[in-house]
Amino acid sequence: MKLELGYIQIRDIQFSKECKVENGTLYVDVDAVKNFIFEEDDVKEWVKDFKFDIAKPGESVRITPVKDVIEPRVKVEGNGGVFPGVINKVDTVGSGKTHVLRGMAVVTAGKIVGFQEGIIDMTGPGAQYTPFSKLNNFVVVCEPKEGYEEHKHEYERAVRLAGLRAATFLGELGRNVTPDETAEFETLGIKEGIEKYPNLPRVAYVHMLQSQGLMHDTYVYGVDAKRSLTTIINPTETMDGAILSGNCVSACDKNTTYHHENNPVVAELFAAHGKTLNYVCNIITNENVYLADKQRSSDWTAKLCRLLDLDGVIVSQEGFGNPDTDLIMNTKKIEMQGVKTTIITDEYAGQDGKSQSLADADPLADAVVTGGNANQVIVLPKLDKVIGMLDYVDIIAGGHAGSLREDGSIEAELQVITGATNEMGFNCMSAR
Amino acid sequence: MESKHSYLIVTNNPLAKELIPADYAMDFEPISYREVLVKVRDMVYAGHRLYTHPLSGSIKPNETPYKSIVVSKLPKKMELDEAEIMSNSIVTYDKFPQVFRELPEGVLKDFQLIDYTLLCGALGLDAEAGLSNRNF
Repeated sequence: MKLELGYIQIRDIQFSKECKVENGTLYVDVDAVKNFIFEEDDVKEWVKDFKFDIAKPGESVRITPVKDVIEPRVKVEGNGGVFPGVINKVDTVGSGKTHVLRGMAVVTAGKIVGFQEGIIDMTGPGAQYTPFSKLNNFVVVCEPKEGYEEHKHEYERAVRLAGLRAATFLGELGRNVTPDETAEFETLGIKEGIEKYPNLPRVAYVHMLQSQGLMHDTYVYGVDAKRSLTTIINPTETMDGAILSGNCVSACDKNTTYHHENNPVVAELFAAHGKTLNYVCNIITNENVYLADKQRSSDWTAKLCRLLDLDGVIVSQEGFGNPDTDLIMNTKKIEMQGVKTTIITDEYAGQDGKSQSLADADPLADAVVTGGNANQVIVLPKLDKVIGMLDYVDIIAGGHAGSLREDGSIEAELQVITGATNEMGFNCMSAR
Repeated sequence: MESKHSYLIVTNNPLAKELIPADYAMDFEPISYREVLVKVRDMVYAGHRLYTHPLSGSIKPNETPYKSIVVSKLPKKMELDEAEIMSNSIVTYDKFPQVFRELPEGVLKDFQLIDYTLLCGALGLDAEAGLSNRNF
């Protein structure tokens, strides 16, 4: 399966009376975006209104509470459309050509529950911890209809779809634009790969998906990952939005849709493919709450690793606590099949960094890359403008009573910052 | 395969108490999150099977006051790996600093909702249906 990505560099976003991409600037008529989002029945049912804003790198702007971050893309050649099974039909994606609006993102913000998390600072010390401070962000702030409190499942879905629809609308503007740069990614069939690279180690990516319940979900071609057995996916399918985030909890280490589209493990494995290793495929598995599900899914992951005759895998997780058990079960069982593992995680090692980092451990999990300590205390100065609201800063994970100080600054743990300790390694903290 | 006849839900979540169907056995006490962990740990030591992960949800243990865990109704034989998961969960709980704050009623309800939906997901119950049958 072969996919060409055409990167269209977006250097600026401006509100306008028309919608177009011209000379690296995205011009947006917000009424057109709003109308497109409101075509979705679930959105109509639960969202009263949207407010749109633009946040650029270096501006004194704080976006909070952040739900999702999405990179606009559009399929220009080949089967299916982006975000299959949700926005477009459930056709298989990952081949042909896709245009990417690079250097920007759609950020959805607004209250869903009273402890809604996630801060993106566009300047200052906070900006150094989130990769999204370097993007031109088109922010969609959602305002719920009266009575949504008793229907938070449905409202979460409405906000999720609103972000994806905004990204779809903007991505479409890149359809007829000539990309600044292109790159090709190809996954070979099993036999083909062995024949082409007989002497290279066979490596796959075990991609663990958050799947515990409301606000802790991930969707694959529209299917809730908790209802799926461990399976195989072509890496290029993820570049077309086959995996979407429904996760709103644990801002620092949740994988947003942007992370899934731009998975750094996929990028690095493709970069090494055919040189130092043979990148075989992605194995996707879940992180359910029920222990028998954990056993079944991790057994299945290990079986697939053996069946694919792998030499090594990279394992990445998402979230805190419960997923640590899945991570260790996967790693231990894969190692017992004779397949080497390296895991990517983050740490909750206490504010002094001295506590045990994970909720579970095993001697076989002896190659670990960390995304940083989420308990690290940071102080974020007051910024001139807030997109969204600061109502929850005292309540969110890593915050505490008095987190929001009188002078407008925030003292909290790194947990509050979107993407700060990302467990795919898409962050600013790891050493290289 | 276990069924509702083999489950015992240990919880301090009033919403779970209110909405989980009466044919599920439930041990509800208005105790702390940590006390729920200790209670379940002792049950697992005594041979109750552990069916759901004690640190379900990415909401941190010092953030939400609510926790529901499913074990077997009857004690069987102690499973070492399950006992280890329970002990580790208490170690993990204790490393989070206690954050003293008064949570508004609406936020408490949201924490109850998340715990309830995670519990429903694990048991294969329809959380939305449970909520819509509620008498407000």
